[in-house]
Amino acid sequence: MRVRAQIGKVLNLDKCIGCHTCSVTCKNVWTTREGVEYAWFNNVETKPGTGYPTDWENQKRWNGGWVRSASGKLHPKQGSKWRILANIFANPAMPEIDDYYEPFDFDYDHLKSAPDMTAFPTARPRSKITGERMEKIEKGPNWEEILGGEFSKRSQDYNFDQVQKDIYGEYENTFMMYLPRLCEHCLNPTCSASCPSGAIYKREEDGIVLIDQEKCRGWRMCVSGCPYKKVYYNWDTGKSEKCTFCYPRIESGQPTVCSETCVGRIRYLGVILYDADKIEAAASAERETDLYGAQLDVFLDPNDPEVIAAARRDGVPEDWIEAAKVSPVWKMAMDWKVAFPLHPEYRTLPMVWYIPPLSPIQNAAQAGQIAMSDQMPDVRSLRIPVKYLANMLTAGDEEPIVHALERMSAMRLYMRALSVDGVRDEAIAARVGMSGRVIEDMYKIMAIADYEDRFAIPTAHREQNEHGADIRGGCGFTDGNGCSTGEAGKTTLFGGKKKKFALPQETF
Amino acid sequence: MFGDFDINFVIFGVMPYVALTIFLVGSIVRYERDPFTWKSSSSQLLRRKQLIWGSILFHVGILTVFFGHLIGLFTPIWVLDAIGIPYALKQWMAVLIGGPAGIAALIGSTMLIHRRLVDPRIRVTSTFPDILIMVLIWLQLAIGLLTITQTLQHMDGSEMVRFMTWSQSVVSWNINAWVTVVDVHWLYKLHIFLGLIITALFPFTRLVHIWSGFAAPFRYLLTRPGYQIVRSRRHRPLEERRRAYDKVQAKRGPTATTPAE
Repeated sequence: MRVRAQIGKVLNLDKCIGCHTCSVTCKNVWTTREGVEYAWFNNVETKPGTGYPTDWENQKRWNGGWVRSASGKLHPKQGSKWRILANIFANPAMPEIDDYYEPFDFDYDHLKSAPDMTAFPTARPRSKITGERMEKIEKGPNWEEILGGEFSKRSQDYNFDQVQKDIYGEYENTFMMYLPRLCEHCLNPTCSASCPSGAIYKREEDGIVLIDQEKCRGWRMCVSGCPYKKVYYNWDTGKSEKCTFCYPRIESGQPTVCSETCVGRIRYLGVILYDADKIEAAASAERETDLYGAQLDVFLDPNDPEVIAAARRDGVPEDWIEAAKVSPVWKMAMDWKVAFPLHPEYRTLPMVWYIPPLSPIQNAAQAGQIAMSDQMPDVRSLRIPVKYLANMLTAGDEEPIVHALERMSAMRLYMRALSVDGVRDEAIAARVGMSGRVIEDMYKIMAIADYEDRFAIPTAHREQNEHGADIRGGCGFTDGNGCSTGEAGKTTLFGGKKKKFALPQETF
Repeated sequence: MFGDFDINFVIFGVMPYVALTIFLVGSIVRYERDPFTWKSSSSQLLRRKQLIWGSILFHVGILTVFFGHLIGLFTPIWVLDAIGIPYALKQWMAVLIGGPAGIAALIGSTMLIHRRLVDPRIRVTSTFPDILIMVLIWLQLAIGLLTITQTLQHMDGSEMVRFMTWSQSVVSWNINAWVTVVDVHWLYKLHIFLGLIITALFPFTRLVHIWSGFAAPFRYLLTRPGYQIVRSRRHRPLEERRRAYDKVQAKRGPTATTPAE
């Protein structure tokens, strides 16, 4: 057993209202720079839809993630080390910027500076790369917002596999959900495995996956390696960038920006202890439907005295072990089994998990006759097909999803009985294998979701991680060249960009 | 003082040392001082068209040519004699391998230059050094291929031996090296001159990615046992920490907590 800790994350899709506050605050903090205008470390997709970049879930096309060979060994789907090196001159599996979208802005200034004209002035779009006029915007970061576009296109959605999707194109059968996405900070990341320079690494202390900007050479293999397409090539700096899990915030015990600002309070952060020795075997599980269970086996129970002893021995700080015991992520993933990894079949063992959404019953006309089992609607008759959710979260295995949805609807029923009738109906809880006390805890954390219950983040141990002498006189957090500033002109002698520094000016 | 001044001495006697010094010192300084600028500057994200074929043709071609020059010029002549390779045969090999490779590289670089200058996305994101170095490499390839016309006129390998002697004299600090190439055809001279210019410009352009390109296979295949990289910021490796912990445990009993790192 080799115990490591990771700050894991759960997103409760049942409560996501699709407001994009997470995406916007993330963008404002991390990707307003030139070269990454098109990049959204966090984005929210409307499902069903093909997402961003288009069709990202289709690994037949993008070759992301891992494959298990006949001998049971794993190698990146885009090829083993030799194949990756052979593709270094031109990466055949890499998306083009048009697969995301060409970044654009509008000529807002024209609205106020236009001369007297017969027609009302308009703000027409302009490319943020070339500065040229764009006659038509073909795609944006959230192109399928609220089921935008025709169903025939949106239904290319990979999660429709084995779903009778034709009927969902009809208005009365339509369903919709939101899927906020960010880097999964996987236990077995393909981006880092694909990097020939060794620039991408997972941090031992908190599991955050980062790209060393000084070691990245721009070989671009991470972009195609990541099945979630969450590594972005910065066309200005020539380096890859990705979600940093807001590590400067996490280190000081604060939630990530997307979690902090989430209006629906759907995001949870907490410590998960895991056994690093089990990762390889878990990721190599033979059947894809076994991967979800295999990942559960990698996690370690923070209340088990043996685990605690091993964690201490491996240097997991005491407050991290305590945090693991109250981790909302542990509760939702392990205790209640309502959270699931996104596309476990990619074999990356992702660490950002999702609670599937409940939805209205399929057909309002049948509301009276809807299949009810013991007052509870049969979750298989809900509007979002269970198979669709299973394709997304459990590699197609419907049982765990049904189980979770039943627990969530039992929670509603139980709490309704409690608050309307004033009755603690243990029978409801028992039907889904829980107790009233657990359901009330679940309600507190999942429905009320107080700040303190959503985030249990121990601070980083700087006394373990930093040498005071090393950082003395350092340059702190920069987005690139460390202390180096460069010389004259637009670019420096070695091709770096000279940073312009301007104080905000007021004009009167 | 300048009575017997010879431009050949400057170009073939002095310039190699200047160029190689800039090349080496410049590379080291850039790597140490500005590691963030050290990159391949790929433009594949912005436009895939013409890059796949252009880049592969160019890189495969030019790597073949590069190693051809490296092995061809720096293999000591006595080694050739020892293993009994006739000079004429070696020259034929150079023409037959280097020729097609050079043509492939020229086609590839033509595609890449065209793409860089004509495609608006690539054009506006190119820096001056990006374009300059592409044009210089294109010229160098063209001149290199043109020298074949001269080479075919003396297939006995005697000219080739002079270039080998020159290269090997330069790297063995022989100050009279330049004399060996004084009276070769001007195309060869231009080719060498341009080669030295490109060498000197190397650290200031995207060419630095060549260092990384050569290092990558060794790092990826040999020094990295598996696929994953985990970085620890802790001061001691895991095994050492465990031993220290066990020691403290043995002393203080099972209630002891994690010792300070």
